[in-house]
Amino acid sequence: MRTTKWLKLISAFAIITLALAACGAPSTAQPTAAPTQPTTAPAQTGGGKLEIFSWWTNGGEADGLNAMFSIYQQKYPGVEIVNATVAGGAGTNAKTVLKTRLQGGQPPDSWQVHAGKELTAYVDAGQMEPLTQFFKEQGFDKVMPPKLLEQITYNGEIWSVPVNIHRSNVLWYNIKIFQENGLTPPKTIDDFFTVAEALKAKGIIPLAVGGKDKFETPHLFESVLLAVFGPEDYARLFQPGADWSDPRVRQAAEIAKRMLEYSNSDRSSLSWADAAQLVLDGKAGMTIMGDWAHGYFISKGAKVGVDYGYAAAPGNDGVFMWLSDSFGLAKGAPNPEQAKAWLALCGSREGQDAFNPKKGSIPARIDADVSLYDEYLKYSIKAFGSEKLVPSVVHGAAAPEAYMTEYGNALNVFASDLDVDAVVQALRDAAKDLK
Amino acid sequence: MRQAKTLSAHPARQVRWMNRDRAIALLMIAPSALAIAVFVYGFIGWTAYISMTDWRGLMITTSFVGFENYLTIFNTGRFQTNIRNLIVFTVFFLAACLIIGLLLAVLIDSRVRFEGFFRSVYIFPMALSFIVTGVVWQWLFAPGNWPNDPTGINLLFKQSGLGFLQAAWTTDTSVVPGWRIEGLRTRIGVPMAMIPVVVAAVWQMSGFVMAMYLAGLRGIPEEIKEAARVDGATEWQVFRTITLPMLQPITLSAVIILGHISLKIFDLIVTMTGGAPGNNTEVPGLYMYEITFKANKFAEGAAVAMVMLVVVALLVVPYLIYNRRTEVER
Repeated sequence: MRTTKWLKLISAFAIITLALAACGAPSTAQPTAAPTQPTTAPAQTGGGKLEIFSWWTNGGEADGLNAMFSIYQQKYPGVEIVNATVAGGAGTNAKTVLKTRLQGGQPPDSWQVHAGKELTAYVDAGQMEPLTQFFKEQGFDKVMPPKLLEQITYNGEIWSVPVNIHRSNVLWYNIKIFQENGLTPPKTIDDFFTVAEALKAKGIIPLAVGGKDKFETPHLFESVLLAVFGPEDYARLFQPGADWSDPRVRQAAEIAKRMLEYSNSDRSSLSWADAAQLVLDGKAGMTIMGDWAHGYFISKGAKVGVDYGYAAAPGNDGVFMWLSDSFGLAKGAPNPEQAKAWLALCGSREGQDAFNPKKGSIPARIDADVSLYDEYLKYSIKAFGSEKLVPSVVHGAAAPEAYMTEYGNALNVFASDLDVDAVVQALRDAAKDLK
Repeated sequence: MRQAKTLSAHPARQVRWMNRDRAIALLMIAPSALAIAVFVYGFIGWTAYISMTDWRGLMITTSFVGFENYLTIFNTGRFQTNIRNLIVFTVFFLAACLIIGLLLAVLIDSRVRFEGFFRSVYIFPMALSFIVTGVVWQWLFAPGNWPNDPTGINLLFKQSGLGFLQAAWTTDTSVVPGWRIEGLRTRIGVPMAMIPVVVAAVWQMSGFVMAMYLAGLRGIPEEIKEAARVDGATEWQVFRTITLPMLQPITLSAVIILGHISLKIFDLIVTMTGGAPGNNTEVPGLYMYEITFKANKFAEGAAVAMVMLVVVALLVVPYLIYNRRTEVER
């Protein structure tokens, strides 16, 4: 009797232990991309592992990442790639997981981070290795625009390798609507309001703006700031100790207010993609969004130059507002050699030309093979090589995360109450988080 | 003789505080007690400590700054708005859930046909996660370009000839009445965008309140009501003077259970509005998440967490004390 009871208890315990062990398998690290390959061919980096952390889980992003992984596998067949991805737009969830891992002292070898000031928090915490020397060794400093390198330098060092470039300040418009009404895409802010008035008179929403992802109005406002301040003064706005009491801040807020008054009233319930869809459906005339909207339009079967057109955002002519995904090297990375080989691939022409056509972005190098890219991306590559470069604030290039949060909230409140005084004050308060 | 005495005294004392059964019982609860001590109370203590440091950025810094973080958050308009929203949400959510729950319970208790079916229908939303509820109701309450090109519930109104009922719902930016008070950086009133959120939450939780009240109603002895009716009481009087007072313990439990859900609400609001428009539907849970994990202001995030803990404790602790007292009385 007694022994059977104990047996039952022990077997129950064993089952629970097994179940727990099964659940306890590392949930963040899912080797999805590449299976382990036998270590037959002697590779430069020997064998070992490489853990890459990103939030690229679907669509063209995942395809691009996998294209780079397969090149890496060809070069270093002995290395097992662990593709640790955490889904979620703009990487909010992924960043939470990453920060928890870093604080627990378990960094991945390399992780995705927006190039520029967003990564300063990791640098300040001593979690990243400087890569300036690596850039020189690999010759990246000669093929990436000096202005870009200047803008991703922090504390005198470069900290991550840009894999791609997106453009933030693009105006997308419905070509049919513009042709039917004899309109041309507005070049200046004044043009914008003329066009907006004409569209409004036809019963079309002039400007589609989203709000659900909480970056859309802040995104619109950065292009207005650029239009009002010009490229030099705009870039200065996000330097430590910047002067936000400048009267031009109010001027920009007034313009943004008028623009929002020409937009859809259900902003806060639409995502940026919903807003882009309004343009595609002919319900709205224009939207100002980064060039991931181009990828969205293509995924909906629309044709550039037929269904939708592109131009620089009003008042942004000749200025390219960039943002960039990049990979850095973890301090204390478990596999530094493999990680450096990865970063070398990320910055190489071969890697970038494999990744970017799939992702729908352009290389951070100026020597890309242009023939691989579609019409819009060709235009963008040309602009990147010739226009003035300024960093985007909403997408992590221009300012640290603490500032981005305050700036974003100030503009989201503004999108709701259109209170110019309040947003000017909130932006002035937010400037204390610039560093 | 003496030996016998000590022998008898010793086991007797052992029985009082430690025998084999008790030892096993203690052994059994020790792991969970230890785990709770570390992972709940230990981390509450850690959070309280962090909230009084100047930890900003990803590297932990532990210089003590006292209540500075609390002052900072209470002085931001955003947190003041969060508190206002939390009060509005909790009051409306509790009131609506209790009233609708009681109404449904009374209706179902009145011996309708297919009682089991209706009971399941009303309680079923509770089986969903708040995430699902939030996503679905976000679609329903997305107003579209109303009144001409509406979506969701507005479209329903338009097509059924009730076009005048269309509204901005979750995108309504107004605060009614929106008083401004000197020294406060938010407007006092009910943010109208909060109403759809309350509707979704009530839809999900009122069935649960119904189930609680139904159990309560079934527990009231029929004889008491019968006696009152014999004495000439009307049905309304029976309900008001017998049923309602006897349901009071149920109401209290419901308030506690719903109250702590409401004060900690996060998932429903994240998926339904994300706090928009502006911060009009944002609650402290969302703010805590954003300033901790987006802005890396860990100390301020911990301060918000402590404020939330205190608010929930203000609700739960008196209930626990009350419960203990009534138990002693029994």
